[in-house]
Amino acid sequence: MSEKPLISVRDLSVHFGLRGGGFGKKPVVRAVDSVDLDIEAGSFFGLVGESGSGKTTLGRALLRAVPITRGAVTYDDGEVRYDLTTIQKAELKDYRTRAQLIFQDPYAALSPRMTVRDIIAEPLEVMGLTRTREETDVRVRKIAEKCRLNLEHLRRFPHAFSGGQRQRISIARALVSKPRFIVADESVAALDVSIQADVLNLLKSIQQEMGLTFLFISHDLSVVAHICDHVAVMYLGRLVETAPTRQLFAAPKHPYTKALLSAIPSLDPDDRGKTQKLEGEIPSPTNPPPGCKFQTRCPVAIDICRKQEPKLDHAGNNHNIACHRWQELLETDTK
Amino acid sequence: MNRLLDVENLTLQFDTDEGRITAVDNVSFTLGAGEVMGLVGESGSGKSVTAKSLMKLNPDNAIYGDETKIILHLDGGPVDIMSLHTSSDLKVIRGGAISMIFQEPMASFAPAITIGNQMVEQLQIHTDMTAKKAQELSIEMLARVGISDASTRFKQFAFELSGGMRQRAMIAMALSTKPKLLIADEPTTALDVTIQAQVIDLMKDLVSEFGMGIIFITHDLGVIAQTADSVAVMYLGRLVEQGPVREVIRTPAHPYTKGLIAALPQLDDLDVPLTPIPGDIPSPLERPPGCVFNTRCAVAIEGLCTREIPLFTQVAQKHQVACHLYSEGDDK
Ligand SMILES: Nc1ncnc2c1ncn2[C@@H]1O[C@H](COP(=O)(O)OP(=O)(O)OP(=O)(O)O)[C@@H](O)[C@H]1O
Ligand SMILES: Nc1ncnc2c1ncn2[C@@H]1O[C@H](COP(=O)(O)OP(=O)(O)OP(=O)(O)O)[C@@H](O)[C@H]1O
Ligand code: SF4
Ligand SMILES: [Mg+2]
Ligand SMILES: [Mg+2]
Repeated sequence: MSEKPLISVRDLSVHFGLRGGGFGKKPVVRAVDSVDLDIEAGSFFGLVGESGSGKTTLGRALLRAVPITRGAVTYDDGEVRYDLTTIQKAELKDYRTRAQLIFQDPYAALSPRMTVRDIIAEPLEVMGLTRTREETDVRVRKIAEKCRLNLEHLRRFPHAFSGGQRQRISIARALVSKPRFIVADESVAALDVSIQADVLNLLKSIQQEMGLTFLFISHDLSVVAHICDHVAVMYLGRLVETAPTRQLFAAPKHPYTKALLSAIPSLDPDDRGKTQKLEGEIPSPTNPPPGCKFQTRCPVAIDICRKQEPKLDHAGNNHNIACHRWQELLETDTK
Repeated sequence: MNRLLDVENLTLQFDTDEGRITAVDNVSFTLGAGEVMGLVGESGSGKSVTAKSLMKLNPDNAIYGDETKIILHLDGGPVDIMSLHTSSDLKVIRGGAISMIFQEPMASFAPAITIGNQMVEQLQIHTDMTAKKAQELSIEMLARVGISDASTRFKQFAFELSGGMRQRAMIAMALSTKPKLLIADEPTTALDVTIQAQVIDLMKDLVSEFGMGIIFITHDLGVIAQTADSVAVMYLGRLVEQGPVREVIRTPAHPYTKGLIAALPQLDDLDVPLTPIPGDIPSPLERPPGCVFNTRCAVAIEGLCTREIPLFTQVAQKHQVACHLYSEGDDK
């Protein structure tokens, strides 16, 4: 991959202050901690990991929807280049047309009192991207057609639609401003598999047609395996492994990634109890353990893991791993 | 296995501005104590509405069919749920004998009350625990569902937790009253698979500890394969197939169930394209006559499937399917 990154993240941290905690220092949640990440233009980039590890927060930071505590995020689409930490109001307004979020919940996200046409048109009107109603209508109809919604659908209210159709409405709404970058946070989690497959195929074809770049946050590893070209794995605010999808699924190298992949529930009822279980304390993001963040649950942790934090190592082929022992473990893996 | 729940001919309609919607159509099933039943089906097929009916939690515009019968078998004898009306009648089941984990975790926590206060309040309504005891138990349950720092999280508001933590807090709250029947509506969609495995283990522990019965609604057939004893498949308000989990997953009979399994993204071959079931589920305002799946079924029988409602046919022991492909020439 020689393409320039569309999004480039350096040493990014997002911390939240918490109430309470009694005397002394107020506890701080290190939701995202020192993350480095490049997202190539045109890629379908997957973000997976522990629940509470900071995926949503990272996604929101890339949309400049949470305050950035430290570090830099730059967006560069060839036309404009923004530094999201110092971005000014007018630029931010433009950035909002270029970067969009697809909501998770197709039920809550759509206002029940607006017609589908008005729901899709709203971003255009709010951002002042079109001047006349005719112009708006043309844009809405075009994008609706891409999302397989017909004219009759546009006149109706969202509650009359099924989950899959509603998700297509949210997608149309996110795409109507012609963004370049989309954060999709658990966008297919609420859909059953037959609709999910349909929405995923739609996202993929729209991505190719419109040259979009996706950050696709999901718990469903089989979905990520099928749709993403690159994957990053998070654990407790950190990236622990990033790699091209096939490489990651064929030969995961970080112990957390291995545990994650082995815990995917199999469709075979006779596999019960066969998954590798993680033992040990789940650490708290207000009080992360010293050394490797995964050491409290890692089945192969050794002394150094409890003292020193592993850096993200470049293993070649775009594969990065933050583990003291990954190389050593390669040998035992192949045995 | 002792009987826990009998649902017979559950029919439920909603009055809406656009007309009367049939959300659940003549659904019957039974659940034993200590049994886990998976409920799967297309989005909008009526899974949540069915689940809420068991606690009479549907809104006022809900109209139950005359023949609907829901019986919960408790130690003190059977409870006829349809006959409970006032909130004091319903107290027996809501949060006491039956607990529900809702599909929308945000909606089930009041925004201005801390997670902990809600858990304690709920325990005090349904048990005679002291506030101190209730607090201890709540924190213990939060820790058991894998929430670190449980005593800090206890003091936080729902919006301060990640999606998965919210979901776990809700599971902890639902399990803390040790219900006889747990209804879990998509309880693990926001969880990563390692935590999901832990939460499922906890539920299984409680099944064997207290003989709790579970209705587990999910679209993750892998989770069903790993947890459920039996499966029921719904489409557009009707049950179309039910049976033991091995049977249904390995040898699905209904064309909809087959389509559902074929649509799963497989991990062992990333090159096969994802194959959705073609077409959209019809609006509940326009339910097709005959078999409700006929508009999307590749093997529908002309003149039959569009006219007659298929009845349940037994295809193997305890494995039933409602599809004309199987009922032909076999009148039982
Ligand atoms: N507004 C907030 N105030 C305080 N803490 C927050 C806030 N938003 C997120 N957090 C905390 O930041 C951490 C990361 O949360 P985040 O929602 O990014 O996780 P996630 O990886 O998306 O998890 P999930 O998979 O469960 O959705 C959590 O500990 C969460 O409690
Ligand atoms: N309060 C209500 N008023 C009118 N219609 C309703 C109401 N609640 C649900 N419905 C309708 O009843 C049908 C069944 O909905 P239900 O929520 O049970 O589906 P579901 O199977 O749980 O779907 P999902 O997988 O998307 O959660 C849908 O058509 C829905 O629009
Ligand atoms: S650094 Fe140590 S504790 Fe961390 S993942 Fe590697 S082996 Fe495990
Ligand atoms: Mg999240
Ligand atoms: Mg539902």
